[in-house]
Amino acid sequence: MRNRQLSRAPVSQAAFEPKIVAFFCNWCTYLAADLAGTSRMKYAPNVRVIRLMCSGRVDPQFVLDAFAQGADGVLIGGCHPGDCHYQEGNYKTLRRYHLLKRVLREMGIEEERFRLEWISAAEADRVRNAINDMVEKVRALGPLQLEAKPENIQEEVTA
Amino acid sequence: MSGKPKVAFYWCSSCGGCEETVVDLAEAILDVVAAVEIVFWPVALDFKRKDVEAMPDRSITATFLNGAIRTTEQEEMARLLRSKSELLVAFGSCSHLGGIPGLANLFDRESILKAVYFESASTVNPEGVVPAACHSDNGHTVVLPEFQNTVRTLDQLVDVDYYVPGCPPPPRILRTALQALLGGDLPAKGTVLAPDCALCDECPRKDAKPEKLSIAEFKRPQNLIIDEQMCLLAQGLVCMGPATRSGCEAACIRGNMPCSGCCGPTSRAQDQGAKILSCLAALVESKDDAEIDRVLNTIPDPIGTFYRYGLPGSFLRRKRMNGAQPSK
Repeated sequence: MRNRQLSRAPVSQAAFEPKIVAFFCNWCTYLAADLAGTSRMKYAPNVRVIRLMCSGRVDPQFVLDAFAQGADGVLIGGCHPGDCHYQEGNYKTLRRYHLLKRVLREMGIEEERFRLEWISAAEADRVRNAINDMVEKVRALGPLQLEAKPENIQEEVTA
Repeated sequence: MSGKPKVAFYWCSSCGGCEETVVDLAEAILDVVAAVEIVFWPVALDFKRKDVEAMPDRSITATFLNGAIRTTEQEEMARLLRSKSELLVAFGSCSHLGGIPGLANLFDRESILKAVYFESASTVNPEGVVPAACHSDNGHTVVLPEFQNTVRTLDQLVDVDYYVPGCPPPPRILRTALQALLGGDLPAKGTVLAPDCALCDECPRKDAKPEKLSIAEFKRPQNLIIDEQMCLLAQGLVCMGPATRSGCEAACIRGNMPCSGCCGPTSRAQDQGAKILSCLAALVESKDDAEIDRVLNTIPDPIGTFYRYGLPGSFLRRKRMNGAQPSK
């Protein structure tokens, strides 16, 4: 019991661990992440994966909401161009990604916090590499602290 | 004292257009004045803050507060009116979502003061005077409301019962809202008192929208002769209609100008800017990165366009001043 408490103490003051929200397409990146798991690949545990039927289902609201709820980064994984199960979904994502990236930049959110990757069902290593790379880059940037908590809003007002 | 419902109007960070809407009720304002007792309306009638302070709590039936929250005085007045009112109504875009003054959230206090008191071409300020919350001179102290770093919506400060959208709210919406509130026919708390469908639904050009829209270049109203019948999106104009709540009877479109989004999103969307971004980007035809960028770059100011009336009320609220700088 005592040991457990002791081992817990440093956790609360631990170094910053980025929280990454990942939206993965059901037909490609999600399967690749599954393959990474069954292949026992190791990668950073900072990603919360949300499975969607298509990367085209990623409403830009989801991305902004993730940031507003405390995500430090958002990753979208979709099928390679030409491979979309629904023919056009990933192209819609690509276009939205371009415009949303611009909006985020102008809102002072660093580019490394928002990433789009094309990953097929066979490319488990790409899942691992993309996640590891993104976690490292976001870790270097530090926390975003954008949550709409009253104390954060108050700090923005009186800053 | 009469037994009529008591109504108050107040303004915070706004232009005065919302007050104008009240007057724009035209003849109907006489019915309103007959039906209610106006207990506070500084822009039109001589009441003082101490009159409000003297009122018992919750004694005002409904307060219509327009304008965003930007200064400490506005913060105090909003809190005061909240405690004195049974119903607090965020009236107009600024108190609903932040409005045009909310675009100041792309800057911080320091850069705004610098621009206004030092850099603007018309400023003559050799002594370098900037407003301060407190100033002492010769043993006398004067105080000013403090200019805060961020613009807030009303509901980011106090509890809000209802919202009346629009910049300014169309008189028809105000009339319906007044009837609902004063008639005791109260909708669920938090309701936006306007129709809950997209503007396209009541757009006179609805039938002129082509089956498949695709955009190869976004155009600005001043750079083309706008067809008066054709869907504005089909002409390459950024029309906020698909992401905007109706209720204005498409006033701008009837004036041959695209919707700029003042009524905010419908209840099914939370972030109007994200929704129109999603819609417009998807309409771009190209599949090539460089060409996509070229087309999207024909929208010169996405934030000022998509969040013209709602930056403080959006998911991101304000620019992170210590984050990435826009590359121009």
